Amino acid sequence: MSRYEAMFARLDQHQQGALVPFVTLGDPSVASSLNIIRSLIAGGADALELGLPFSDPVADGPTIQQAAIRALAAGVSQADCFHIISTIRAEYPQLPIGLLVYANLVVSNGADAFYQRCQQAGVDSVLIADVPVREGERFNSLARSYGIAPIYIAPPDASAERLAEVAARSEGYVYLLSRAGVTGADTTLQAPAARVISALKAANSAPPLLGFGISTPEHVQAAIAAGAAGAISGSAVVKIIEQHLHQPAQMCAALEHFVASLKAATNKP
Amino acid sequence: MSDSNHNRAYFGDFGGQFVPEILLPALDQLEQAFLDAQQDPEFQREFTDLLKHYLGRPTPLSLCQNLPLVSPNGTKIYFKREDLLHGGAHKTNQVLGQALLAKRMGKHRIIAETGAGQHGTATALACALLGLDCTIYMGAKDVERQQPNVFRMQLMGAKVVPVDSGSGTLKDAVNEAMRDWTASYATTHYLLGTAAGPHPFPTIVREFHRMIGAEAKAQIIERAGRLPDEVIACVGGGSNAIGMFAEFIDEPSVQLVGVEPAGKGVDTHFHGATLTAGKPGILHGCRSFIMQTDEGQIEESYSVSAGLDYPGVGPQHAYLKSIGRARYESVTDDEALAAFKLVAEKEGIIPALESAHAVAYALRRAAEPDAPEILLINMSGRGDKDIDHVRKIFAQQAAGGQS
Repeated sequence: MSRYEAMFARLDQHQQGALVPFVTLGDPSVASSLNIIRSLIAGGADALELGLPFSDPVADGPTIQQAAIRALAAGVSQADCFHIISTIRAEYPQLPIGLLVYANLVVSNGADAFYQRCQQAGVDSVLIADVPVREGERFNSLARSYGIAPIYIAPPDASAERLAEVAARSEGYVYLLSRAGVTGADTTLQAPAARVISALKAANSAPPLLGFGISTPEHVQAAIAAGAAGAISGSAVVKIIEQHLHQPAQMCAALEHFVASLKAATNKP
Repeated sequence: MSDSNHNRAYFGDFGGQFVPEILLPALDQLEQAFLDAQQDPEFQREFTDLLKHYLGRPTPLSLCQNLPLVSPNGTKIYFKREDLLHGGAHKTNQVLGQALLAKRMGKHRIIAETGAGQHGTATALACALLGLDCTIYMGAKDVERQQPNVFRMQLMGAKVVPVDSGSGTLKDAVNEAMRDWTASYATTHYLLGTAAGPHPFPTIVREFHRMIGAEAKAQIIERAGRLPDEVIACVGGGSNAIGMFAEFIDEPSVQLVGVEPAGKGVDTHFHGATLTAGKPGILHGCRSFIMQTDEGQIEESYSVSAGLDYPGVGPQHAYLKSIGRARYESVTDDEALAAFKLVAEKEGIIPALESAHAVAYALRRAAEPDAPEILLINMSGRGDKDIDHVRKIFAQQAAGGQS
């Protein structure tokens, strides 16, 4: 049983959805990044979604762009990022860890070497933000050969046919978009269409996690009420980092508190 | 496009559609609209009418009267005069084509990226003409450096949005336009400015610039009685070059030469010679050559010519290089500036700094012992936009400073 399967089974027993925070690796530095991730886990994160900093993140809004810029400006390398992951993996052997990347980071030194590195660090899944299902073939078999689950994105306006493809290619979970556009913390959440969730279920999809714009406990509740298996919160988490760049202790306390507040909203009605 | 037709998106192993999943329906819709339009005589008539009566096509072919100065074999240089088009460069050709496609798709809002402002200006004029709402993303640094073009775009009704993120230059403007499009694709067309980006853009941009090479081919056969030995064009993203090359690719006697900006030298960090010094990777929707670090972070490019200042390049150029069908040379800032001056002094034409790169290579080639008889250059744009910039550089040089 994969770590994702084990997590969803455990959460099912407790009648809960998954709460998955996202941060950019190495933001704002390698040392603080480790403590940030530990705070997310202490707050009750069921799994992690971690981003490799990239110079040109076209799927991300300003908050996560700034996180990547901070990490790159701090000189954070891919080796540093994988070191952070290995450290967290050693501390939390059961925690599912997903990696969110852009295609050029995967291919620049050979996709084979990249997935091997993921496996060695203890990564469970890889989502490449600028690789749609149609371009995914060259990555899927490599990912699987290293025991890494490929993840694809289910857009809110996708046809049933496209959703079936997303379901067929994704393992571990499916990243369900709450809305069009780029990542960013919204004041209101557009709940996913029941149509999208039922189309995914009909296609025997891995459990869908709702992302984009999740920034309050109400959003998490709404995601789970709509039938998502959990929620991913990125920009709202990263914003807390941004607001406390020079107060690391307060930053970690605020992150833990925020994640706990979202986690408390994952109980199924 | 169904997934089984996906090989249309590729030139060998270059190209593709490396975009967020959510944009695929918009790309499919665009491809279908383009394929339909290519078969639709009404669309072709409208496009051709605009090219003729609004842009001023066909453009002339000029035989240089005094250049090259040094030429052991009496090499003749012809300019294809895209600099005479309305808008001042080849760019307006394909912009009009895409703007008509947008209308055909019922999309009334246009977004575009611009570096120096040339593509933005072309897009703004097409939108003014065709009654489309126009938003131009431009790096904040470029907005500072290119105030006259910002004003030009605004005069024609475009909204210019400065992009602060990243390096504040062209690649960041592309990123921001793509971000806008992932939210707005239902009502908005992204009018990409070069022969790069995800399929179908490289193909659409080539086809909407194909008349450059088609006219030039007929003109040179009429004037010189035969095909040229080399067809030469500058390459940033590669749109003027691919438009010039397209009709010559199947003519084995014709060498295709793309000229990249070597800036302060390809062995420095200050150049934009992607095919010469970059390596394959994925940026802005396609697999092609890219300037990047060892870890795959995209590097900033540099050139004295803003229109060539892009760290990627169109995927068909990567392919033509990989199969040896086209050759890619590079020319430094100093060589381009010298050619700029020489063309003005000897031919009475002020070329765009971009096009001056192509001329600089041609002059170098004409001076070689094995120089061929006929060189055909795409004079892709005029230099009016560069006058201030070049005047400052020459003044600095005269004062003994660095260029």
